[in-house]
Amino acid sequence: MPSPDLIKLIFGRLTLESLPLHEPIVVGTFAVVATGGLALFGALTYFRLWGYLWREWFTTVDHKRIGIMYMILGIVMLLRGFADAIMMRAQQAIAFGGSEGYLNAHHYDQIFTAHGVIMIFFVAMPLVTGLMNYVVPLQIGARDVSFPFLNNFSFWMTVGGAVLVMASLFIGEFARTGWLAYPPLSNIGYSPDVGVDYYIWGLQVAGVGTTLSGINLICTIVKLRAPGMTMMRMPVFTWTSLCTNVLIVASFPVLTVVLALLSLDRYVGTNFFTNDFGGSPMMYVNLIWIWGHPEVYILVLPAFGIFSEVTSTFSGKRLFGYTSMVYATVVITILSYLVWLHHFFTMGSGASVNSFFGITTMIISIPTGAKMFNWLFTMYRGRIRFELPMMWTIAFMLTFVVGGMTGVLLAVPPADFVLHNSLFLVAHFHNVIIGGVLFGLFAGMGYWFPKAFGFRLEPFWGKVSFWCWVSGFFFAFMPLYVLGLMGVTRRLRVFDDASLQIWFIIAGFGAFLILLGIGAFLVQIAVSVLRREQLRDVTGDPWNARTLEWATSSPPPDYNFAFTPVVHDNDAWWDMKRRGYQRPLTGFKPIHMPQNTGTGIILAGLSTAMAFGLIWYMWLLAAVSFIALLVVAIGHTFNYHRDFDIPADQVVRTEDARTNLLAGAK
Amino acid sequence: MTISVKPQQIGEPLFYLADEHPHPEGWSTSLGFWIYLMSDCLIFAILFATYGVLGANYAAGPAPKDLFDLKLVAINTSMLLMSSITYGFAMLTMQQNRIAQTQMWLTITGLFGLAFIGIELTEFAHMIHEGATPQRSAFLSSFFTLVGTHGLHVSFGLVWLVTLMVQVWRFGLIEANQRRLMCLSMFWHFLDVVWIGVFTFVYLMGMLR
Amino acid sequence: MSRLKILALLPLAVALSGCNFIVLAPAGDIAAQQRDLVIISTVLMLLIVVPVMVLTAVFAWRYRQSNTAARYEPEWDHSTKLELVIWSAPLLIIVCLGALTWMGTHLLDPYRSLGRIAAERPVDKGRAPLEVDVVALDWKWLFIYPDYGIATVNELAAPVDRPINFRITASTVMNSFYIPALAGQIYAMPGMETKLHAVVNHAGTYKGFSANYSGAGFSGMHFAFHGLDDKNFDDWVARAKSTGGSLGRGEYLQLEKPSQNEPVRRYGNVDVDLYRAILNMCVEAGKMCMSEMMAIDAKGGLGHEGLNNTLPLAYDKYARRGTALGPEPAFVVGTCTPDAPQGQTTAAIKAPLDAAPLTGAGLKRPTFAPLKSSTSFFLGQRPKSDS
Repeated sequence: MPSPDLIKLIFGRLTLESLPLHEPIVVGTFAVVATGGLALFGALTYFRLWGYLWREWFTTVDHKRIGIMYMILGIVMLLRGFADAIMMRAQQAIAFGGSEGYLNAHHYDQIFTAHGVIMIFFVAMPLVTGLMNYVVPLQIGARDVSFPFLNNFSFWMTVGGAVLVMASLFIGEFARTGWLAYPPLSNIGYSPDVGVDYYIWGLQVAGVGTTLSGINLICTIVKLRAPGMTMMRMPVFTWTSLCTNVLIVASFPVLTVVLALLSLDRYVGTNFFTNDFGGSPMMYVNLIWIWGHPEVYILVLPAFGIFSEVTSTFSGKRLFGYTSMVYATVVITILSYLVWLHHFFTMGSGASVNSFFGITTMIISIPTGAKMFNWLFTMYRGRIRFELPMMWTIAFMLTFVVGGMTGVLLAVPPADFVLHNSLFLVAHFHNVIIGGVLFGLFAGMGYWFPKAFGFRLEPFWGKVSFWCWVSGFFFAFMPLYVLGLMGVTRRLRVFDDASLQIWFIIAGFGAFLILLGIGAFLVQIAVSVLRREQLRDVTGDPWNARTLEWATSSPPPDYNFAFTPVVHDNDAWWDMKRRGYQRPLTGFKPIHMPQNTGTGIILAGLSTAMAFGLIWYMWLLAAVSFIALLVVAIGHTFNYHRDFDIPADQVVRTEDARTNLLAGAK
Repeated sequence: MTISVKPQQIGEPLFYLADEHPHPEGWSTSLGFWIYLMSDCLIFAILFATYGVLGANYAAGPAPKDLFDLKLVAINTSMLLMSSITYGFAMLTMQQNRIAQTQMWLTITGLFGLAFIGIELTEFAHMIHEGATPQRSAFLSSFFTLVGTHGLHVSFGLVWLVTLMVQVWRFGLIEANQRRLMCLSMFWHFLDVVWIGVFTFVYLMGMLR
Repeated sequence: MSRLKILALLPLAVALSGCNFIVLAPAGDIAAQQRDLVIISTVLMLLIVVPVMVLTAVFAWRYRQSNTAARYEPEWDHSTKLELVIWSAPLLIIVCLGALTWMGTHLLDPYRSLGRIAAERPVDKGRAPLEVDVVALDWKWLFIYPDYGIATVNELAAPVDRPINFRITASTVMNSFYIPALAGQIYAMPGMETKLHAVVNHAGTYKGFSANYSGAGFSGMHFAFHGLDDKNFDDWVARAKSTGGSLGRGEYLQLEKPSQNEPVRRYGNVDVDLYRAILNMCVEAGKMCMSEMMAIDAKGGLGHEGLNNTLPLAYDKYARRGTALGPEPAFVVGTCTPDAPQGQTTAAIKAPLDAAPLTGAGLKRPTFAPLKSSTSFFLGQRPKSDS
């Protein structure tokens, strides 16, 4: 029998009691996940896919594959985040008139925290980053991002964070604090368990990845644009990506610091956010929202970019007001730093401070409104094709204005005093995040899917998903607006007033419709893969689109463009088509490309292990992983040969194959 | 990319570069490193802000003037400033491709850095021994965190410095190593600038308060 | 304005009759003015939101691909006139809304004493406002009535048309004090005091609760707020006086321990200094009060001697626990006894009322009171150094 000290050194505070064996829901979930995981593992082993996955995907530095992996991560985590959502809706729909519902406080409070954290950090962020990763280098005519290795590392750090959050479901517990973990509640005195530590380290690990990916994409956009593409000729999606990544780099360090200070409070007993010894919990609230508000725009700006691309493509028309669109984006970027206090008018900062932040918030609606009109006038005198991406865009325009309106309403401090933290607020931010970000992501996925895979998404199931999502959204969140006006606050687990129940049941029905929407989306992908030959697009330009990514084949070759394109117009590809561009058929040269490396996944794995050790006070594991992390990182710098040349004959083979395909299509 | 394209080449527009040269290795590195430094700068900005807000909350404990030994800190500051100068010499000799001198200046820089860390740790140990621990008050929490974060950066810089010296010793002053020395140089001077902020804002103004 | 209100409410009222839209139909003047702002702002924004929605639908239909009769101008992408309109239309609305926000925020600042008890009804100067000290506990509400020497748990009452001055704090974590029928909410934070001025205009029983998640018992953290006429209020006070026990420091330390779904309790006798001690987090014997600590800090701390004035924390609301790597939890020892904190009582340290309040919305153009000196720019209100 080993000594208790040794056990403590190895296992820290992890004991058998930490496993939630007494929670039937969790045990059931674990059974399902474990069975599914084993089946997947078995299948991969049986078909001998591990080597392929490792060589071609896990270690890849190709921005396209990394982009696709981000999308897969986002979609998988969407399922988890949505499972939390529907559990909350079910609990709130039944916990009336003395009924405790089916979730106890311990479980329910974890669920709403996990829902928020997962949906923002591990669904919206990966999906947005994935699209930017995939599309931006193609749109600017580059071969890859500036730092391909860093790109791979960033992705795996994001996965590491997601793994930690998922691990908390089965090993220990997640935070019970709400998604921003305000102290004093999240401090060690009131949350002594591992939940908040999972929260902190999950976000820290993923945050490193996000920050590095932000730096990477800024450099890519600034340094790697094709000749002729001046800043004011960049596609709008590239512009919004640039602004988003500037926001990432200028806001995620704040999150890193504030979480680090919270962990110092929790681990060594410092007094940043404590009640005693001169600490100030209000400091935390300010700092986290200085990150938190730009975060909202990090998510929504790329969506605005997607809508711009989609509207102009499917209206068959140049984007109206390109310049004002760009300036609107930049203005939003800057203003997003001047509004953080509107998240806590009710803290009592005084009327002048509150009205300052209220008014800056309203000012943001001016450039946003201008954008809305720009899309509107892009449609004006166009020829609108109602393909799915365009349908999502129209749904966005009709939905988002409502969310924008309630947002400006909440920016009026006295109005916020009566609506803050109510279900009206919950309805508002779901209105902008689902109606803005998520609809945008669906539009983007539908729009660029044929670019990534060479065949379109199947439209029938896409339309089923579309209508389920849109109607589900209205059913799920309009009742919450109503409930907010009845003075019902958020994060409640049980209710006394039976007259409210009908609204929660309608909201639950909406969530059920959204479930169907997600189901239909998955079916859509499966059906598309099965019918890929009917849906095949060999031209590389299935939508008659306008920007450079459509100039190459679908899926694009590893090197994206055999020859670096030269840009003369905002809509570079449209310009090329219009002026009779002929694809070069000869003269190919070797192409210099970065080499795959496993260092990224190893470093991220070690970081995750270290974080796990720190969460559970397994000091040995943490120390060993930290040392290993240093050794591997330093070792990696001794590798000077990170590039190789794709030989000319291979380029010729690839390009000839495309020539034949194009000829066959005619 | 050095090729110049006239935007309006009506007639036969050039739509691709038939004869292109790939971006040289490290084309984006200095920009990327600058952006990283700015994000790091933001980390310090928040720590400074935290110190600014909490720095007067002594929790009925000691205040800066009870704890700081300005002479020691002044010596410490000079260590770091000297190390920046010697790093400058290292960069000058690097541009003349003189490996031995570069290595010598890097060694001196490292020793200054080590001295800085040593003195800082002595200061910390002394304060903690007295009972002025980071847990005693919000002022001390934010002081230790701000100064300690800077110290951690310097320590990390030292590890990096040693790594680079090994790499220069093994592979010479090749282009990649020159670029890396350049990045470390920016990092080192950046820490110097941050320290000047710490010295002024925390120590000097603390003594005046 | 009232016509606008009715118009805006009409469709809602028809569709949702039978529901209790307390935010839209409150019983207190402050909440009513806040409701008015909600409605005016919404109507203002609808001026632009509705046209956008209509245009979206119209354009989407008119310029559909199959409608070849519609004009198609693929190269048309700029119009200075249109750009001017699309930037200035939202700008104009925001200018109006901004002005409204600035005025409304100052008039309805929860820290401001009331100027009126309802539209056209100024405050009766002869009638002192009702003082209520509110403490958010885990997970229940404690209301102390310093003028009556009584306290209640999870039940609040106030006379109709008499201004109420709330002083609000919390014992452990952040909560938000909210009675939708009465006035907007404000955070309740440990070691800090926030204020709320309100008045109830209609008798009745309304719901109050915490609007900021505060832990496991959050759902049960609600109370009844009774708006009573003067006689009933006096009866209510008398009942509390006669039936309740006493609430001193010892009883408070028992009461503040976490508990859920607490029934109503009444105390007929309350330690006059209790609220001050709670606010300054020094109910426990020997602990230094925040106010004292802040006064010491403002003078430069206690120097090296201050290093030795902490003791291990022997009592914590949940359990005695510390951090993994840090020392055991501790507290700062007070330098004067808690029972007689320099001879002061709550009554002596009450902040003076603002003698010249503004008169209310729509009456005359307000002159704005300067920021109170104790309001720090971003961080809200700290307790006054009153020791």
